[in-house]
Amino acid sequence: MKLTLRVWRQKNANARGRFVTYEAKNITPDMSFLEMLDVVNEELIGRGEEPIAFEHDCREGICGSCGFMIDGVAHGPKRASTVCQLHMRSFRDGDSLTIEPWRAKAFPVIKDLIVDRSAFDRIIQAGGFISVPTGSAPDANAILVPKENAELAFDAAACIGCGACVAACPNASAMLFTAAKVSHLHLLPQGQPERYDRARNIVATMDKEEFGGCTNIGECEAVCPKEIRLHFIALMNRDLIRASVRDWKVGRRAAGM
Amino acid sequence: MGATDMDVETRVSGTVVDPVHGRLDARIPPGPIDKKWERHRFDMKLVSPANRRNCTILVVGSGLAGSAAAASLGELGYNVKCFSYHDSPRRAHSIAAQGGINAAKNYRNDGDSVFRLFYDTVKGGDFRAREANVYRLAELSVNIIDQCVAQGVPFAREYGGLLDNRSFGGAQVSRTFYARGQTGQQLLLGAYQALERQVGLGTVTMQTRMEMLDLVVVEGRARGIVTRDLVTGAIESHVGDAVVLATGGYVNVFYLSTNAKASNATAIWRAHKRGAFFGNPCFTQIHPTCIPVSGDHQSKLTLMSESLRNDGRVWVPKKAGDTRAPDQIPPNERDYYLERKYPTYGNLAPRDIASRAAKEVCDDNRGVGPGGRGVYLDFTDAIKRFGESAIRERYGNLFDMYERISGENAYRVPMRMYPAAHYVMGGLWVDYNLMSTIPGLFVGGEANFSDHGANRLGASALMQGLADGYFILPYTIADYIGRTRPDKVDEGHPAFRAVEEEVLGRITRLLDVKGKRTVDSFHRELGRIMWDDCGMARDDAGLRRALEKIPELRAEFWKSVRVLEGSEEVNQSLEKAGRVADFLELGELICIDALHRTESCGGHFRKESQTPDGEALRDDEHFAYVAAWEYTGTLARPNLHKELLHFEYVHLTQRSYK
Repeated sequence: MKLTLRVWRQKNANARGRFVTYEAKNITPDMSFLEMLDVVNEELIGRGEEPIAFEHDCREGICGSCGFMIDGVAHGPKRASTVCQLHMRSFRDGDSLTIEPWRAKAFPVIKDLIVDRSAFDRIIQAGGFISVPTGSAPDANAILVPKENAELAFDAAACIGCGACVAACPNASAMLFTAAKVSHLHLLPQGQPERYDRARNIVATMDKEEFGGCTNIGECEAVCPKEIRLHFIALMNRDLIRASVRDWKVGRRAAGM
Repeated sequence: MGATDMDVETRVSGTVVDPVHGRLDARIPPGPIDKKWERHRFDMKLVSPANRRNCTILVVGSGLAGSAAAASLGELGYNVKCFSYHDSPRRAHSIAAQGGINAAKNYRNDGDSVFRLFYDTVKGGDFRAREANVYRLAELSVNIIDQCVAQGVPFAREYGGLLDNRSFGGAQVSRTFYARGQTGQQLLLGAYQALERQVGLGTVTMQTRMEMLDLVVVEGRARGIVTRDLVTGAIESHVGDAVVLATGGYVNVFYLSTNAKASNATAIWRAHKRGAFFGNPCFTQIHPTCIPVSGDHQSKLTLMSESLRNDGRVWVPKKAGDTRAPDQIPPNERDYYLERKYPTYGNLAPRDIASRAAKEVCDDNRGVGPGGRGVYLDFTDAIKRFGESAIRERYGNLFDMYERISGENAYRVPMRMYPAAHYVMGGLWVDYNLMSTIPGLFVGGEANFSDHGANRLGASALMQGLADGYFILPYTIADYIGRTRPDKVDEGHPAFRAVEEEVLGRITRLLDVKGKRTVDSFHRELGRIMWDDCGMARDDAGLRRALEKIPELRAEFWKSVRVLEGSEEVNQSLEKAGRVADFLELGELICIDALHRTESCGGHFRKESQTPDGEALRDDEHFAYVAAWEYTGTLARPNLHKELLHFEYVHLTQRSYK
């Protein structure tokens, strides 16, 4: 196979980026998309040109490191897949593809296709956990979790934090990422004590990191490699409303009303 | 220059003859095995809460062991700095572990106990692990499950709401806890969340995109590290009272492996060159069920959880060179070779045994698929018995993954599998406190050599990483700090300046070669040497050949590698070059170790040492020890130190799974 790639090249966060066109030759359908880029990079290095910088690690679709737009679609044309699990058999010989990094204010470009997703870590710091210091846990079977809740919690917990949802959203919202974590914890009995503080704090941090608001477009769900469902956003919104009602009541009580 | 036969001879015999006894004290506490850890916990020193924040602990790596240690130490009030070369601690390769985590809970009432898990692990490791460590691991396994459930890890449940278990990788009891096929992901996210909570509380400083390039030893103690910022290229020193390396394994020395692309040995290799002994480097694990190689471009191999062997049956055609489609081969012309050779364990035979058996049938020209390097893993019978939906529920994500990579639907045609390099039991030598031979340098998780002997059982890696991180290091580091009260040192200390200079010098050297060959081409070539001559079956001639080729390849690397300019920005080829340079040195030590250990044990199979029916034959009289190698300044001539292993509770027997 032979392909033509238009790739976003940007030296660093402060430099101006531009598209550069490369030919990808000697590609076979068995290759993953990243292996195709490896071939292009080996050739670039051979010519003394800088290779295309992209993030990747496990190449099994689970670490969440990789991800970029292929023809405007996060992680490319295959559903429920990361770019490392996308194989060239999904393309035709002679295709022209445009490859560019995630675009979002909260994800500044570091170099070429690499962006800074540390805002996701800060969202988790704000409440994406259950406060349980090491050593203080009760016996594992003392906590009963109905199977269906455990399954649903797992569906939410499967998020790999790749950022495709943000990149696909016209508002660059991080609602699907945030709601997945909130829902995972809220569906389990262990997550109940901190439930409302968590929803409030985590959403406030999301806003502070300059992710956009959610307008229920659903692009996030369409590109999510782990098929995280939109209904988790509804679940989180419900908690958020309850949290604000509670705050209001607590405020009234404190004011002696 | 290639080493001559003479060189190889002297270097191996020279080291064996001259073991320095007494220097290698594993500091195993006295007393009966089931009381050692409890008693040791009392004997260890504590650090008062007020003093903890004045102590800085550097944790390198943020996988299961690193995240768990950093979070737990942060909770205790230490000042913790945690380093990861990823953009987020959640990317660490622990995330890719699929199958599960063992714990001796005996929730199934099937006869499990701490002692049985201990026994199975010592035996499974082919009697090359330290009994006291393994017993402690089995004891702590129950606390790990409690901790993870409390964190919200969504383990599989039964309809009554209790935790589900399965049997896994050669165990006759069901003691494996799992979260679909993504147990490692869920456990890592639990530890990551605990870590981020501490980052939010200010007890842990997380340093992402920061790679450790060297260790700083001051007056014989580990006092810090030198890192490179992968975005700006800045070389920085970090001072600590203790350093924890939780940087994972080195199986990427084979180039093609199931590890993530960035997984590397640099941190432990640099520490080794600063004085930390390297334990059993040749103990590498080849995992039996991976998707076969499809071509030369291949960048990594994908593991399919061995839980698949609970329901899948492994077979090849009986006839050599049989190219019929699998459904055209009638049952009586199939060889279900694991069931035939190991009737008790069948398809669940341990990893080392299953891998070697697959290699044998393929060497016999009975392999399937392109190139004949593959065996079938067939679910037809299981689908008939339980229905497709039950199989989908158990392994759905694995079948999806298989289809994505191979383009085949495993509900219709059998999967094709072949062994691939997966894990290393070897690593930096540590004592019972997980401290290396450099005081103040602790090593956790896959990076240390401690608990798995010569073969790791399935679902034991996650258990060990978390035991080290949550429940061992927080105690033993306190003991070290409580006993030594390290002096104040700052980044201006000459030792830090000197190491920074060395690190910069190395980077400049790499950039200055300006040769023609890419880093990857060297890595691939090293991988081929290691796989061919130090892979699933090793012999004297092959290892000597590898010991000639590796130094040649290393010399060639420093003469003609091409690393592009730019040390002050993101430069992925520079990052890779440094890691491959270290693999080119470590590869040699692996082969030296493999050559000296003329017995077979676990994953280390020497063709010269096998039973009449082709099983690994141990030589307990000569090799019941941990080989701990000391760097002497000359790669070809490391010093061998032996830690003799004593088996008081599990008696040495020939391992049999028949």
